[in-house]
Amino acid sequence: MSEQLHLTDDDLVLHYYGEEVPRAESHLAACGACQANFTRLQRVMAFIDSAPAVEAPDGFERIAWARLQPALGAPQRGWVSWFVFSPARLAFAAGVLVLVGASFMAGRWWPPTMPAAGGPAPQIQTDAQVRERILLVDLGEHFDRSQRVLTELASADDTAGSVDISLEQSRAEQLVAANRLYRQTATTTGDAAIVAVLDDLERVLVDIAASPTTMTQEELDAVKRRIESKELLFKVRVMASQVRARQRDAIQVKSSTSTVGS
Amino acid sequence: MTDTAAVALAREGDSDAFRGLVERHSRAVYRLAHRMTGNPQDAEDVVQETFLKAYRQLGRFESRANFGTWLHRIAVNCSIDLIRGRKHQETGHDAADLDTLDAAVRDKDQRVDPSPERLMLSAEVQERVSRAMDGLTSMERAAFVLRHFEGQSIDEIGRALNLKANAAKHSIFRAVRKMRLALEPFVES
Repeated sequence: MSEQLHLTDDDLVLHYYGEEVPRAESHLAACGACQANFTRLQRVMAFIDSAPAVEAPDGFERIAWARLQPALGAPQRGWVSWFVFSPARLAFAAGVLVLVGASFMAGRWWPPTMPAAGGPAPQIQTDAQVRERILLVDLGEHFDRSQRVLTELASADDTAGSVDISLEQSRAEQLVAANRLYRQTATTTGDAAIVAVLDDLERVLVDIAASPTTMTQEELDAVKRRIESKELLFKVRVMASQVRARQRDAIQVKSSTSTVGS
Repeated sequence: MTDTAAVALAREGDSDAFRGLVERHSRAVYRLAHRMTGNPQDAEDVVQETFLKAYRQLGRFESRANFGTWLHRIAVNCSIDLIRGRKHQETGHDAADLDTLDAAVRDKDQRVDPSPERLMLSAEVQERVSRAMDGLTSMERAAFVLRHFEGQSIDEIGRALNLKANAAKHSIFRAVRKMRLALEPFVES
């Protein structure tokens, strides 16, 4: 049989998935080479099928709920009720409003500059730079608030046997929703360092939000160890300071581009 | 409590009932989302979006339907939304051609002992398949998962991923070629 009549690898894939491939059945019955190729494909597919799916980490159900709960409103009761009687929802909405407002103000304050005829091309602010600046506007504040919650828990006195963390828990609950928003924005702007810290921070905030309101000494020690093991407090402090510095740099860049354009 | 009963209560605003549904189904949604996105963080985001959408659309859920199946469809759509959103951010991943992958696989073959005993371990198989799937672009991965694990037709995949049927088909072909290249040495050994 001439080579040009063999079934291609793509034909075999279609045949494997039950798609119509003219002459596939009859050719496979008559051609040892194609049959061997098809058997190799089937083996690989069987190997893939035998691989168990990746499982969620232990306690994922609790974590999923803790993440979800602050964002839930009452179903089918109209959008207005979403904003009522929940500090977490209000904080989330406030975060969104800040970002939207910052986008609007960024557009007003930092208009695109036009190149002067014959002069050097000004540094045009790209969409990514604008997005980054918008993120920086509120991110420093978010890191500061998170730092306060972590510091309070890390230094909480647990010698009495149990500690009421309801205040820190309520703050953590509000921060989880905002943190997720910042993390997604940072992912979009491609800022891996910020994403990494926000990711670590979110996991600990979720843990705090999902904890009992009154913690035993052991439970509080576990939270403290969690904070310490990832050097989270240190990372958040460093990141807050870097964000402030980048904010200052961004303002300087903005000033210089505005001057060129004027 | 059955899913149907929990949905009825959740519709009335009973958050504990919805919590029960989240606890019952979040692992299955995570497995699907991880398969589609290939990344734990994205999978967690998909879980979040899936349950948020489900909660907001509880009124549309028909009590005769299976809640798990309904949720599964939402999760597939949320995964696709995320993949579409990230499509334009892919750079090196998209550029990975078969020659590069081939070289990497051959290099890996020389370093890893593929003894049958080790391959018997499901964790080892999972690791190999995961690594092979990491070599796919996000579109190839989504097309492959939808075809191979979800059993969707090429037309359905094209519509879901906003691709022409021919492009969807070629995404599957490229995915299978890469998977074969990465896995055949282990399977044949």
